[in-house]
Amino acid sequence: MGDLKTNLQILKNACVNPRLQLEHYLAQGKKVIGCFPPYTPEELVHAAGMIPMGLWGGNKEPVLAKSYLPPFACPIMQADMELGLMGAYKGLSAVIIPTLCDTLRCMTQNWRFGMKNIPMIPIVYPQNRKSPASIDYLVDEYETIAVMMATITGQMITEKALGEAIDIYNEHNAVMNNFAMTANEHLDIITPTVRHSVMKSAFFFEKAEHTAIVKEIIKELQALPVHKFTGKKVVLTGIACEPDELLKVLEDNGFAVVGDDLAQESRQYRTDTPVKGGGAMKRLALQWNARHGCSLVHEDGKPRGSMLLKLCQATGALGVINCLMKFCDPEEYDQPYFEADLKNGGIATLTIEINQHSASLEQIGTRIESFAEMI
Amino acid sequence: MDEVKTATVDTPAAPPAKPKRPKAKSMIMIGEQTKALFDSAIAAKEKGELVGWSGSIFPQEIAETLGIVVLYPENHSAGIAARHQADPFLQECEGPLGYSNDLCAYAKVNLAYATVLAGKSSVELPDGGKMVKPDFLLLTNNICNQLTKWYENLARQLHIPIFFIDTCYNPWDHVTESRVRYVRAQIDQLIADLSKFTGKKWDDERFKEVMKISQRNSYLWERANNLMDRKPAPLSGFELFNYMSCMVCNRGKESTTAILEQLNSEIEKHIADGTSTYPTKENYRVSWDGIACWPYLRHNLHTLKEYGINMVASSYGKAWAIEYEDLDGMARAYCFASTNGDNATTMISRRLEALKKFGCEGTIYHVNRSCKVMDCQMMEVQRQLSKLAGVPFTSFDGDQADYRNYSEAQFETRIQGLVEVMEQNKGGK
Repeated sequence: MGDLKTNLQILKNACVNPRLQLEHYLAQGKKVIGCFPPYTPEELVHAAGMIPMGLWGGNKEPVLAKSYLPPFACPIMQADMELGLMGAYKGLSAVIIPTLCDTLRCMTQNWRFGMKNIPMIPIVYPQNRKSPASIDYLVDEYETIAVMMATITGQMITEKALGEAIDIYNEHNAVMNNFAMTANEHLDIITPTVRHSVMKSAFFFEKAEHTAIVKEIIKELQALPVHKFTGKKVVLTGIACEPDELLKVLEDNGFAVVGDDLAQESRQYRTDTPVKGGGAMKRLALQWNARHGCSLVHEDGKPRGSMLLKLCQATGALGVINCLMKFCDPEEYDQPYFEADLKNGGIATLTIEINQHSASLEQIGTRIESFAEMI
Repeated sequence: MDEVKTATVDTPAAPPAKPKRPKAKSMIMIGEQTKALFDSAIAAKEKGELVGWSGSIFPQEIAETLGIVVLYPENHSAGIAARHQADPFLQECEGPLGYSNDLCAYAKVNLAYATVLAGKSSVELPDGGKMVKPDFLLLTNNICNQLTKWYENLARQLHIPIFFIDTCYNPWDHVTESRVRYVRAQIDQLIADLSKFTGKKWDDERFKEVMKISQRNSYLWERANNLMDRKPAPLSGFELFNYMSCMVCNRGKESTTAILEQLNSEIEKHIADGTSTYPTKENYRVSWDGIACWPYLRHNLHTLKEYGINMVASSYGKAWAIEYEDLDGMARAYCFASTNGDNATTMISRRLEALKKFGCEGTIYHVNRSCKVMDCQMMEVQRQLSKLAGVPFTSFDGDQADYRNYSEAQFETRIQGLVEVMEQNKGGK
């Protein structure tokens, strides 16, 4: 167990070089499942005794992936395909792909034919969550995943193991949400870059291990005096805010991130699996039905704007930065409505385009500078 | 086989202009049916009845059974694009409304049109507003996920409810029973909810009649498509796009039966007389993959005609040939209707069957900038299909409704290249 600086560095290292984490687990004789974003049912992987590891692309210009995806496909999918084809994911026992957008639907097939040495397990979430039948349907999808994983492990998931996995993930959610609150008292240490690596790094650890590290970080932060932050507080929304150089631009302009609605960060931690309501598989399905405020999950009324307004009020943020993943149509449909809702609520907004492998930081920097002056 | 992208053959001289042939009776009937649908929507509004907008592969039979008038935004946007009227709507959507230009152009045209209907935009409606303001939305996502987002936005903009059937993507080669049960439960719920909302009563006997009509129409539609297997084909393949509105918007209506019976008899007459509506000698037979490039349909057709290329099979039109016998069957059929909702294996097998059946010598892929679900696995499908069928393919960049995403020169060059390989193949046979 290390000090605050060491713990933060461990999490940062995992984000910078996830391959090392993969090798670390493989060296322990563990099997690892690649989890495409977002909302892969990691609890099932955990319960199967394997390590779920997030596949969130990276700074990788598509070369090989050009044979599978057109230039206007999501940059994360382009990078995942590229990294897969170049062998960066060697060692994974399988990948799970949730078909939450049109590009992800196609990725199941591109992976299936392009990456024959790493099997693909699809998960098709129900979108008409008002229909009670969506629960039985989703349980069936989860059971299919469980069976496919049993072909890798040779064992079926037990009710006990899934129940324990759910408890571990619920605890992790609580710890991550606690971290997000605690971080706001220490914005001198938890800069946008540091916050991002703590939130994202969970994808590269066995969850109980990650929980333990983040708990220590929280404890160490709480032992420090509260920092009086005098800069500008913002909330981030979107799929992801990367690369680090972009977050550095926020820091350089006096911004602190005091909350987020990023699929790569808080969206995954804000919905617990209910502790009651049936067997573990059914409860996991009920968690899906409780997810909210996300562009990839159908809801009536476009509630994201009001949700972001509440988050700004709770955190004292004066602005929201929309980190719009390039070519992400679900996010693009949400943008006009949540921006209008925020504007009506007196919250300033800025949209920046996120492209992990060709970020035009200079142009974004100028816009962030103007935004800083505005708020 | 590799994709054909270059060419060295010379363009043959265009044949002398022929006098315009009279419109087929079935085409006149289609025009009348389309007008009748829009008129019925206006009449329903005047009577104080509720009118809906619907996704293109929503089980139309439900609204038909309840006697509700429903209009189709995708079909309407395609019409606006084909008539070169999309520009002010695209500008409005990407400008004042704040939408990204990355989005589906059918959606962009429709969202801007809806804003005019809501009294919040002054874009002139070229059709006088015949696509009347909806009171509810009927949504299925078997065509794509974007439709779900598009309808979420319409619902919020117009303060109207969505009635949704989530059909679920099929990553497997079949529709799982769990999907059928989920979709069936949604159909039952939707019938109850829609009946309550509109004040209309569900009648099982009427549904059986509508289902029978719909099945007859699916049969006739498929038959008309299948008659394109004759060599030379009795129709210019692009003409079948014109009949799609009767399957998309009027699948459960007897007026569609009349149109398709007429179409079938016209095709049979061509076969008997040894004639064709294809205006020149059919030198090559190809399949067309993807939605029509509506803003440039004329240019597509003209370019293909120069080489005597007839499009005898399309991956797209047959999505509306939906066959079933009861509500469970309906649930399964609508899950499996569109190849957009199916895995690559299903997609490839359907296309391979068509290439063989229709004696296609090549495939033209429309890389439709509006449609990620069609484009993002197309390259793998192209490779596998070309290898299995042994026919060359080419692709071109275009859009179903955004005129800015197309280059006439590129289309011409790609077709030239395809012709070169098809010609070589003919020589080798």
